[in-house]
Amino acid sequence: MAEMQSSGRNSHRVRVSTWWRSLLADYGMAFVLAGMIATLSALTWQRQPPGLEGAAEQLLAVAQRTDQPIWLVGSTSEEDQRLIDRLHGALPAGRVTKTVQGGPPDFRRAAQEHPSGAPTPLLLCSSQAGGWSIVSELAQRLPGWEGVRVAVPKEVSGSSFLKRENLINVANQITVIAMVAIGMTLVILTGGIDLSVGSLIALSAVVACQGIAKFSGGVDATWQAVVGWSGLAILLCALHGWLNGLWVTYLSVPPFIATLATMLIASGHAFMLSKGQSIDQLPASFRVLGQGRWIGVPVAVWLMIGFYIAFHWILGRTTFGRALYAVGGNAEAARMSGIGVRRVVLIAYTLCGAMAGLGGVLLSSQLQSGAATYGAMYELLVIAAVVVGGASLSGGRGKILGTLIGALVIAVIQNGMNLLGVDPFLQKVVLGYVILGAVLLDRWRSR
Amino acid sequence: MRNRNKGGLAPGPIAFVQRKDMETTGVSMSFFCRNIASPQQKKSDCGRTKGLRLNTPCLQVTQVSKSFPGVQALAEVSLELHAGEVVALMGANGAGKSTLIRLLAGATQADGGAIWIDGKPIRLADPAAALRAGIGVIHQEFFLVPQLSVLDNLFLGHQRPLGIISRRQEAHAAQEIFQKLGISIELDASCGQLSVAEQQMVEVAKCLLRQVRVLVLDEPTAALTPRESHRLLDFLSTLRAEGLAILYVSHRLEEVFQIADRIVVLRDGRTVAEGPVSHWQRKPLIEAMVGRPLESEYPKESADRGEVVLQCRQLGRGSSVQNVSLELHEGEILGVAGLVGAGRTELARLLFGLDRRETGSIELDGQPISLRGPQDAMRLGIGFLPEDRKKQGLIIDHGLIENFSLPNLSSFSRGGWMRRSEERQAYDQQQTALGWKPSTPRIPAKLLSGGNQQKLVLGKWIQRDPRVLILDEPTRGVDVGARVDVYRWIVRLAQSRCAILWISSDFEELIGMSDRIVVMHRGRIVSEILDPRKISASDLLSAAVGADRDKTDG
Repeated sequence: MAEMQSSGRNSHRVRVSTWWRSLLADYGMAFVLAGMIATLSALTWQRQPPGLEGAAEQLLAVAQRTDQPIWLVGSTSEEDQRLIDRLHGALPAGRVTKTVQGGPPDFRRAAQEHPSGAPTPLLLCSSQAGGWSIVSELAQRLPGWEGVRVAVPKEVSGSSFLKRENLINVANQITVIAMVAIGMTLVILTGGIDLSVGSLIALSAVVACQGIAKFSGGVDATWQAVVGWSGLAILLCALHGWLNGLWVTYLSVPPFIATLATMLIASGHAFMLSKGQSIDQLPASFRVLGQGRWIGVPVAVWLMIGFYIAFHWILGRTTFGRALYAVGGNAEAARMSGIGVRRVVLIAYTLCGAMAGLGGVLLSSQLQSGAATYGAMYELLVIAAVVVGGASLSGGRGKILGTLIGALVIAVIQNGMNLLGVDPFLQKVVLGYVILGAVLLDRWRSR
Repeated sequence: MRNRNKGGLAPGPIAFVQRKDMETTGVSMSFFCRNIASPQQKKSDCGRTKGLRLNTPCLQVTQVSKSFPGVQALAEVSLELHAGEVVALMGANGAGKSTLIRLLAGATQADGGAIWIDGKPIRLADPAAALRAGIGVIHQEFFLVPQLSVLDNLFLGHQRPLGIISRRQEAHAAQEIFQKLGISIELDASCGQLSVAEQQMVEVAKCLLRQVRVLVLDEPTAALTPRESHRLLDFLSTLRAEGLAILYVSHRLEEVFQIADRIVVLRDGRTVAEGPVSHWQRKPLIEAMVGRPLESEYPKESADRGEVVLQCRQLGRGSSVQNVSLELHEGEILGVAGLVGAGRTELARLLFGLDRRETGSIELDGQPISLRGPQDAMRLGIGFLPEDRKKQGLIIDHGLIENFSLPNLSSFSRGGWMRRSEERQAYDQQQTALGWKPSTPRIPAKLLSGGNQQKLVLGKWIQRDPRVLILDEPTRGVDVGARVDVYRWIVRLAQSRCAILWISSDFEELIGMSDRIVVMHRGRIVSEILDPRKISASDLLSAAVGADRDKTDG
């Protein structure tokens, strides 16, 4: 009886401790990421101009208190343009008597032309225009403007890291690496490695751009041609991945060697196809993937999120996912349990090639050009993302969401260091130590 | 005793090793038996030393406890080991033997209790500390570098002044120890070429060169042939006569009765019984290990023998399998006896499609079949429980349920998507039936003891409901208690009309469980035993080695 009780208690303890362990094991890096985000937010906390909404709100509040005519003053920047459009939309028609967009001389000219008898307008300025001395000292500088009221949005406190634009920036920066890292995770789960993804990114970018520019009319290419060439580029990369898989499975070439060879071959082809030049005669429709937005978030980020959800399910809930982990965990045991080991490995490499192809199309769409130099060193960043995400290079262990976290960690570190003005060479050093730290963390928790 | 040892030892080359050791531990000069013999001890025989309790034990373990998350592996275990004594440490898998061995090897640290050498408490912080303290552990897996020569392996890790290797001195010392122990292995041979038994000898010699006083052997005969096991036991007797204290861990009762002076039985991390070997008998010993009364060691029940399911004719591949013809009936357990290397595993691999046959044919229900891989064999209802559980049967880092589902993925999924509730239900069902513990589906398989691992592997194949199940050494490294459970399940399978091909090196087990036995030798079937109950294990052994005795000898 006593034994029964103790065994019951023990099994309970097993459950609790494995729950903790697996949480730590699977998503320990998530806590690190959260800590990094908190630290960066604190470090970049400073007084800064309010965002579009904040500025518009402040200025409209001033405008409502009087019934003076209104002048809108701003620079030609996109941000000011949007603020002026926003104010135009919100104020009743006829209220705005003049809109001045440009530099200080433009404003001086407009102010001088203002007839002295007319009522003094209220000036609603953007933060930037508010800084011009001709605006802030208007009453002293120009006759006839005594008693003018100038409204400038007040500065607010906030973290420049947490600004919406910056976060989207981080997401944008990481999409290519994160997408390619999905394929790399599959390959690493089988216990392999794929060094060719960087070159495949270049090959895909060159093939897609060259095809559109040369054979489909360049800037005037139809969207069908854009989709067609992009698809072809991705297929070509999938074929390279499939060849990698063939070498690794049927010809038993070590993955490191086989994909190293493919890396050279693909890179060479990319340079030959592009003749070493950057291709940029591309239509606007090619921009949609990399620069388009949907509900304020870049299309590329949506695509990334979609792929991560899909592969999270594929790895966790399909027989292919189970087979993939089994092959990486112990290929012999998997084979003896009736898993088609070669087939699984072949699929993993093919998908990795295809994801690299997609990454190449995405990158060239973001940069609106294609060149054979794209993707250089990406294979290492991608592998770093997977490793930081907790996957074991010996195979059989790793989570797809871990890889996403790994990619985000790398992006956040890079972005954070840029915001803090860290020397780019020092950034490399820091990144290196982060990778070592992640691996140490992995060792420590798998004890 | 001390004198005799000294006498047997040539001074000179060895002295180098000794002097160095003296500096570090400051104990006696004699070679193996460095017990500073007390007057009483001098009188006693160096061999069986049952009356030595008055002396300080060579190794003493007191009240040692160790727990892992969720498991109390050892609970206040105490143990004494005297010079010139062999103590058999017995227990079912998961009883705590491995943990105790790991503690003694310095691979892990106890939560409480103490370990004493010659009455002095010692701390075994790491494996090197254990060796320095005079404890040598021979694990089941050997730690020899296959590319290096025997000599290099023997002295691997030895501290040398300025790191300079004196090969002449080393070779001399090695020769000496080999001679003393009656080992005939070339010092220049690379360790990768040695047989398992020879590698084991090298491991032992390596420990002795470090002047250990306590030798711990973990299942030393698990991978040896009967002949090699016999030699090992002789060898251990020599070591005992030299005054070494030996802790012998084994499941094999025959060996224990043959070699041990005392037996200590562990169960659930506690010492449950202890006593001189003469006080023990087979059945009570098993019951002490298992913790429940034992009806029969081999719970054989015959099933109705049905039609021929699997038949092979003139099957062959290279020299490992030649001209093998056999028939396997529904509900039949067909034993395959033979020595290691007789081609039994290779035959199984052909029948499961792991290797391609070169000659002959395989028929299932009278229809010739061609097997291009395990998937083909599995589709036809053939299952295979491989010999090496940890390397072939399981993915030991993965969860129990993942392992369980691996051969059953197609039945737990629709269109490639897993049906996790069905999977979990099947897992729970088989777990309840076979009773592996712990049952927690997500813990890695490596946390299970050998017996529980084997139940899991058996469970994953039973879930497939195979027509033919090939078992390759299904009870190797499985403790007596779990073994009987495995036997019961195999009988139950046979009764549900499954045909079973059972490869085993445990001839007692084959005789006890088979309906029929074929004996393989050098890739061929050399004899068939229609009524196993009428023969003895030694008959079977002689059939296995007897075909051309002159070649297998030596």
